[in-house]
Amino acid sequence: MNPARRHWSPWGLVPVALALGMWELAARLAPVEDQALFPPFSAVVRELYDLARSGVLARNFLPSLARVLVGLLAGALFGILIGAAMGWRRRVGGALRPILSLLYPIPALGWLPLLMLWIGVDELLPIAIVFICSFFPICYTTAGGVEGVDPRYIRAARSLGSSELRTLATVILPLALPAIFTGLRLEAGMAWRVIIAAELVAIPTGIGALLMRAESLVRVDTIIACLVVLSIMCFAFERTFLLLERRLTAGWR
Amino acid sequence: MRIELRDIHNFACQGAGLEVRSGELLALVGPNGAGKTTLLQVIAGLVPHRGRVLFDGVEVQALPARARRVGFVFQDLALFPHLDVAANVAYGLRPPDWPAAARSARVEELLALLGVPHLRACHPVRLSGGEQQRVALARALAPRPRLLLLDEPLRSLDPEARAVLGRELRLLQRELGTTTLFVTHDLDEAAGLADRVALMQAGRVQCVGRPEEVLLAPPCVQLLEAPCTEPAGGCSACG
Repeated sequence: MNPARRHWSPWGLVPVALALGMWELAARLAPVEDQALFPPFSAVVRELYDLARSGVLARNFLPSLARVLVGLLAGALFGILIGAAMGWRRRVGGALRPILSLLYPIPALGWLPLLMLWIGVDELLPIAIVFICSFFPICYTTAGGVEGVDPRYIRAARSLGSSELRTLATVILPLALPAIFTGLRLEAGMAWRVIIAAELVAIPTGIGALLMRAESLVRVDTIIACLVVLSIMCFAFERTFLLLERRLTAGWR
Repeated sequence: MRIELRDIHNFACQGAGLEVRSGELLALVGPNGAGKTTLLQVIAGLVPHRGRVLFDGVEVQALPARARRVGFVFQDLALFPHLDVAANVAYGLRPPDWPAAARSARVEELLALLGVPHLRACHPVRLSGGEQQRVALARALAPRPRLLLLDEPLRSLDPEARAVLGRELRLLQRELGTTTLFVTHDLDEAAGLADRVALMQAGRVQCVGRPEEVLLAPPCVQLLEAPCTEPAGGCSACG
């Protein structure tokens, strides 16, 4: 069974509906003065609608989206290239693994103070944070995927006259796709988490910055509306990579 | 093409030597661990070794596998799982030697020859064992190799399919005239298909000759029936 079907079940909607219903009920039963701190679900939906209609959501969401896309794509591109080289050539892997092992455990947000001093507080900063967050895991999963390709297929390609580079492009990387996509799926969600954290701390625009403004105005409905957007985006990104993986590996997995 | 192997040494071969005549089908038999598969891989340039490998008298041991023009059907077939049958067969056909039109024609020709044209769009995972064998053979034959190496090509088939595909393989080999070396555990198969048989034991080719000479000679029968780790002294019947 493919991964998308394994994870999807209409029964999964039941707990979500129950949780939303209980939230609505509990908030409506609470005293009116407490509803500012614990708004019902319907108020959050209304706030989300207002944010969208007024353009506030788009003004804050689109910069975050652009940062995630640019940072994630750059991190994935470099991660796949370097990971493929590490998995394909033992010497490259042996040379790069020690330094990557030293840098990988540092949380992406741990780089924030350093990057603020080095590149300043501008558009490059959140992109760099997402890049760092994405690069290392994708690099490692790609290297593992390439190393894990059955050597029988590599021998077969060589015996059919394939050059090393062609074997890499037409046999090794396609067969490593499931491992590469595992890294991409995990980091697609993680990229949204770190971008929000970076915007909360250092960047004056984006969904994270809107969250901070809502917190200072004690607008809990706005805060929850932003969290809903964040949740939907994490889900949508992970799902997109899952569908892409299904499409690329259809027929043989 | 004539193949000569002289004093081949590596992790599995201990001074192996062999000559395969041009256009013949030679069966390589022997107990497990004798070095048969490794010897095929030496010829294809897929494993490191010491010693000389000659194609028509020309040393090729320095040539990489991709330059040897050897067709190889692996024991486990190793069909690329992410490519469909047509793409598997076409894998060894690259421009400029094989422009797109010639490539397509060659793929269709081989699929028809092996009786699997209806499977061209299927992925290997959907094929039966016999169909996979045919596709692997088509893939190996597609680039018109100078030499065909078959490592237990019929192993995973049931006896009936084995007999049918074995006969087809023999006819095909005669029709194409491609020098062929195939490894098998089945002595009946070796006797029925091969022009000559070579017996391998403990990393060396112990004897070579016509099937009845090799397979019925008492010293060789002993080797095949009671495989041992000691190198045998050679087969007197085969010289």
